[in-house]
Amino acid sequence: MVLKQCHGASWGGAVVTNDSGPKEIGPRIRSSAMVPDPVSDAAAYPRLRWCGDAALTIEFGEIIAPELNRRVLDLERKLAGQKRPGIVETVPTYRSLLVQFDPVQLDPVALGDDLLRLAASTDAPCSPGRLWRVPVAYGGAFGIDLDALAQRHQLSPDEVVARHTGAVYRVYMIGFMPGFTYLGGLDPALATPRQTEPRPVTPAGSIAIGGSQTAIASVEAPSAWHLIGRTPACLFAARREPPMLFAAGDEVQFQPIDARRFEALEHAAAAGELVAEVLRPAAPEPSR
Amino acid sequence: MSLLPQVGDAAPKQEPAAPTAGSGTPTLLILSCGPATSLQDLGRFGFQRQGISPSGAMDRHALQLANALAGNPPAVAAIEFAQLGGELACEGGPIQVGFCGAAMPLSIDGASQPAHVSITLWPGQVLRVAAARTGVFGYLAVAGGFAVEPQLGSLSLHRRSRIGGLEGRACRAGDRLALRRSAPAGCEMVLTAPMPERAGPIRVVLGPQDDHISASGLATFLSQPYVISARSDRMAYRLEGPGIAHAKGYNIVSDGIVTGSIQIPGSGEPLVLLADRQTTGGYPKVATIITADLPRFVQMRAGSTVRFAAIGIGEAVAVARATASDLAVAMASIQSLPEDWRESGWLLSHNLVDGVSDGGE
Repeated sequence: MVLKQCHGASWGGAVVTNDSGPKEIGPRIRSSAMVPDPVSDAAAYPRLRWCGDAALTIEFGEIIAPELNRRVLDLERKLAGQKRPGIVETVPTYRSLLVQFDPVQLDPVALGDDLLRLAASTDAPCSPGRLWRVPVAYGGAFGIDLDALAQRHQLSPDEVVARHTGAVYRVYMIGFMPGFTYLGGLDPALATPRQTEPRPVTPAGSIAIGGSQTAIASVEAPSAWHLIGRTPACLFAARREPPMLFAAGDEVQFQPIDARRFEALEHAAAAGELVAEVLRPAAPEPSR
Repeated sequence: MSLLPQVGDAAPKQEPAAPTAGSGTPTLLILSCGPATSLQDLGRFGFQRQGISPSGAMDRHALQLANALAGNPPAVAAIEFAQLGGELACEGGPIQVGFCGAAMPLSIDGASQPAHVSITLWPGQVLRVAAARTGVFGYLAVAGGFAVEPQLGSLSLHRRSRIGGLEGRACRAGDRLALRRSAPAGCEMVLTAPMPERAGPIRVVLGPQDDHISASGLATFLSQPYVISARSDRMAYRLEGPGIAHAKGYNIVSDGIVTGSIQIPGSGEPLVLLADRQTTGGYPKVATIITADLPRFVQMRAGSTVRFAAIGIGEAVAVARATASDLAVAMASIQSLPEDWRESGWLLSHNLVDGVSDGGE
């Protein structure tokens, strides 16, 4: 029985320590080429962790970085391409791939060995997903925390909106609630620690900032993030095909709209229109 | 949502309709039920990457056995009762049901029914499912299944996101659940070899973030008793007991969660994530309950004491395979009863009468 667990190896201090939830730790990304630290990283990742007898996770690191996320998605694609019997479901996250399987149908240890081999060869960056333009009404009743957040950073609300709409964000993962879209790429000047007490109810479509992350909430949910706007787009509709608007690997730009436009688009969304616009389709998958 | 009975939580009782000629669509009318009663099948898989929880029966073995008793394939949706029972009236045509899981005695119009035997209900009859004497989750499967549209491939209710179930909600008094077909004009079935019961600690495989837990924290987790909190539900069982110390903070970059993941949040008190769990999370997970022990764990009530023991992945896989074979043996033990089984004392003579018949309390 070969256990591929490497205990004790980590990115030496890159682990998030305060605040709950994910964070981008810019300085840890030493270069876009992700040269591994010869001391602590080379042997540590990718690594396998067991999640009981019916799942395992392949970790590529412990930080939030596009390079790691691309390797996660690339590994998922390679595994899906194998059409291996006994795989129940895969869940890509910021920096790891969770693989759920039936331990009666397949040999988990052999699966783990194969996945580690596959993971080591995920050097080719996977092709970018779609680029979306998402309409957002900022401030006022749509984003009740915009003014306070602007004040905190000594910016005007308009400057916050300009900075927030000036970036192209990466969809790192969908998780927590149906369609909840975790984005990376927030202007560091807008990073704001979460509120200490979560609000019990925040509206669907909320555009929120939590730490150095920004997200689009899909359904009404409790949240400690700062609400700066709302999109009329419907991120999750159980009876739509596909039910989710976004997928991990997609990119998102925000377009400011006024209240009147929001109302019109909200009606259109209720009638089944996507409202958000695809500016660029997904690039074709690289051949292998 | 607590699993404990809550006074005043149940919807008002309904009166059954007048007995019909039995020529319509066979339908179960819910006269009363606990607030946590819902439709559940084996779960909604394939959507966790989109934030959608798998949900599904808390006790997957009991659901499959209830279905087998009702003559269904294993994954058909059944009514999941949580500690509280309910009353259901049969309308429109005969309905054959199978029940497994928590010890919830069944009676028809006051007459108690033996456990592990299918029951055919006739229009006008009322089936009473009593509150659980032991265990938490009981499954009432109907032959042919319910004529309810699946959502994303499953009937399982996920209450928080209002997916599945009856238009995104739990069962309640007044619901009429039509069946896909009438009961077969056949005989009753009996489960002659239930799955072996197991005692002892709940077995876990350490990880995926046991390296975020201190050595003393790990020793505490594996040696101390924990009590299942009353603040437990289908999403998670909270455990009360000695805190488990982290080695390097209590936040990780959010990653995937599975059913049975044991999270250690900032408070240090473990949280066992179950069928209705979120799909990703940012707290370290010290260990995962093995699939074979999940049914036993979820059937433990609030106030029960639980201990954990770690096993290796090799042993865990061997146990998973042995348990699958135990389930297959139990399913294969289901056989038809002779027509005169009641008069002939068939169950007694085959040593199949257990303590779970309702004395008409």
